[in-house]
Amino acid sequence: MKQCAIELKNITKVFGKVVANKNVNLTAYRGEILSILGENGSGKTTLMNMISGIYFPDEGQICIDGEEAVITSPKDAFAYKIGMIHQHFKLVEAFSAAENIILGLDEGKYDLKASTEKIRAISEQYGFDLDPEKKIYTMSVSEKQTVEIVKVLYRGADILILDEPTAVLTPQEIEKLFAILRRMREDGKCIVIITHKLHEVLSLSDRVSVLRKGEYVGTVKTAETSESELTEMMVGKKISLNIDRSEPQNVEPRLVVEALDCCDRSGVKVLDNVSFTANAGEILGIAGIAGSGQRELLEAIAGLQQLQNGSIFYHNPKTGTVEELRGKTPLQIRELGVRLSFVPEDRLGMGLVGNMDITDNMMLRSYRKGRGVFVERKAPKELAKSIIETLEVVTPGATTPVRRLSGGNVQKVLVGREISASPTVLMAAYPVRGLDINSSYLIYNLLNEQKKKGVAVVFVGEDLDVLIELCDRIMVIGSGRITGVVDGRNTTKEEIGLLMTKTGEEGEK
Amino acid sequence: MKDKAVAKKKHEPLFHVVKRDDLAWWQVWLIRGFTIVLGVLLVIFFSMMITGKSFDKTFDIMFRGVFGRLMKGSTTMLWKYLQEIAILLSLALALTPAFKMKFWNCGAEGQALMGGLASIMCMIELGDRLSYPVLICVIAITSILAGAIWGLIPAIFKALFGTNETLFTLMMNYIATQIIAYYVYIKGGGSNVINPVEAGNFPKVGNNDYFVNIVVVAAITLIMYIYLRSSKQGYEISVVGESQNTARYIGINVKKVIIRTMVISGALCGVTGMLLVAGKDHSINVNSVGGQGFTAILISWLGQFNPFIMAIMTAIVVFLRIGVAKVADTALLNSSFSEIMVGLVILMLVGCEFFVRYSIKFKRKKEAKA
Repeated sequence: MKQCAIELKNITKVFGKVVANKNVNLTAYRGEILSILGENGSGKTTLMNMISGIYFPDEGQICIDGEEAVITSPKDAFAYKIGMIHQHFKLVEAFSAAENIILGLDEGKYDLKASTEKIRAISEQYGFDLDPEKKIYTMSVSEKQTVEIVKVLYRGADILILDEPTAVLTPQEIEKLFAILRRMREDGKCIVIITHKLHEVLSLSDRVSVLRKGEYVGTVKTAETSESELTEMMVGKKISLNIDRSEPQNVEPRLVVEALDCCDRSGVKVLDNVSFTANAGEILGIAGIAGSGQRELLEAIAGLQQLQNGSIFYHNPKTGTVEELRGKTPLQIRELGVRLSFVPEDRLGMGLVGNMDITDNMMLRSYRKGRGVFVERKAPKELAKSIIETLEVVTPGATTPVRRLSGGNVQKVLVGREISASPTVLMAAYPVRGLDINSSYLIYNLLNEQKKKGVAVVFVGEDLDVLIELCDRIMVIGSGRITGVVDGRNTTKEEIGLLMTKTGEEGEK
Repeated sequence: MKDKAVAKKKHEPLFHVVKRDDLAWWQVWLIRGFTIVLGVLLVIFFSMMITGKSFDKTFDIMFRGVFGRLMKGSTTMLWKYLQEIAILLSLALALTPAFKMKFWNCGAEGQALMGGLASIMCMIELGDRLSYPVLICVIAITSILAGAIWGLIPAIFKALFGTNETLFTLMMNYIATQIIAYYVYIKGGGSNVINPVEAGNFPKVGNNDYFVNIVVVAAITLIMYIYLRSSKQGYEISVVGESQNTARYIGINVKKVIIRTMVISGALCGVTGMLLVAGKDHSINVNSVGGQGFTAILISWLGQFNPFIMAIMTAIVVFLRIGVAKVADTALLNSSFSEIMVGLVILMLVGCEFFVRYSIKFKRKKEAKA
């Protein structure tokens, strides 16, 4: 009989009108890996935050090792040997790994050497590849995550909670992490991993608990379940997980990018000799580890980045002329008759204004129309109404501030607005990040529709499975360089994964 | 850490704070309204403690101090009250465009002083050379320009070099104060006071000195409401204020909007300076604006950028200021008492926002206790 590590009884947590968790019951044992599966917004992170002392439940009890526990701060959580690895790392960039690990710990006296030894021992025990003296800012995302994991192990945690640990890793790094987690399981630790990726659940965990809209749906043994059963539990109904990919029609160059160089504020090269062509009637996928220059590339095309070198040519399908877009502001680009739509990564910080309602957000693109000094709200209001209807945006009304909508609905508003301008180029950066399955597929379909209309679609994605299913061509970017372009119809995750980690000179042909 | 086991908590905390955003607008205003009533009652209570007068008496002094003896047909008190509202409100309106752009302090104090300085200079230097209508026009133009320039300088530095506008405008306030002090020193001779100037005063309407001021501010209130709500520029201001990234993304020239908005705010502050000098004091000194530029920031914030709500808030703040000053007068206290009391009510209003945004959950009944 396995020993019970965490037991949650009737946990409820409410934020204003939003019920994040409702009567959740859950058990996790020692020596097992439990997956918490659920769509974004289903309350997984909130639930785990209550175990690790960030929130306090409104109702219900948490029992650790069979004893009722009151956890009001992360410090309390550590007293119960609970450690959480957050999705966004909480590290001091200028410190070394060892300094970060012992930060805030009271061990009597400050002895970095002894601590370093201890860190080495932990790394060896579980097979971490970690240099305790390395500074955080020189580390890759995967290394930073390792520091976070070692940090909680160092504090003696034997219940580990990982919040979407694979979101930022390459397929190869994910395998490595899973091997380590399995080793910890052998060591008798209790591992809870939050995820919404089904194949990871199936390959890693012993049991899966599913949450849907804050409610506990059930727990199944991984060995006895299937992908379709889990999806059904997660979404509440059967859905097909196929993206149809039509053959590209009338393919012609629309956007030709040549030898772009871009430096960030501190002078570090973020784009290095980037050249590619985006064709009309095609979806061009861009794959790469987060922060490899994807954002800068799209912003450069949209006229939001200073470029050191290179050119961006737009082939106007109406007039047949070729326009140079480099060095132009977004307004100048639009005045040239270039119908460029851009769904940026930061939806509420760049694509929309969170405190404005849907109508006013529609106006962002159109408020300049007309000669008068006053804005015209009639047409945007109509547009808002039609987007709410056709894309099934769930909102109390067109006058609700968009920041109050859920992630999926915010994205529908943004994508809806960008598509309504009937673009010839549509760029979308991580358009399904944080969206539930239904909304994600709605977005994929919208992109596909645009492709059929002859739009050149550029899609920056993080889920390689989706990229391979959706895109006609996939361009891989690594450290600001293009490391390869593959055909979406006959490539593999492994091939893309390898290209993603390829950097420097080897990336050049 | 393993050896030094931290004491595990046995009991639930007494209460915890929970965020909420489910209040309807009328509930929000109920909380604020209740806070104001509570604040006024507290002010009366403190006044009673200090003056030793009864509740009725204190209340009576406050009301009569503000509204005068309404029954007996004397309206001058009321007009004075409206005039005070007009000055404070016009400052609050002036800084609202900048405030909406998230410029928490745009230096209204200094801009108003410079506007006032321009007015008094015109009145003294040109008063006997120009005809009355021309003089009034010149006063208006120069005051507006002076305020606008005082707003333009920090805006240019902000837009081009990213300087901090709050500190910059604060320094500009001191410069303005010193320029005024110097001018008063020159013109006032040894007494350091400029005697009221006759030329270039706003006309009386009926028997009323302040009619022009009040009408001008009422007009600005209406125009500002429309400007912020329905003009393209007003829309641009809100986008820039909410998110400069979004503004850039849709092609708004952020620098241009910053500079334009600061010039508008500065120009309106210049108008306030003119109202103060040509419409009210007919003189100037370093305390002419008297810190109202800072009170105006709070008015703008309390009014949530809505000029009409700002007008109501101004009326409340000015009521307290005048009313409590009367109470203090009768007890031979100085004006600091009235300032402290106004500060108290404003603090309470700021504090009540906590209850708008959060609710407090108290310890539950111990259902699990065996």
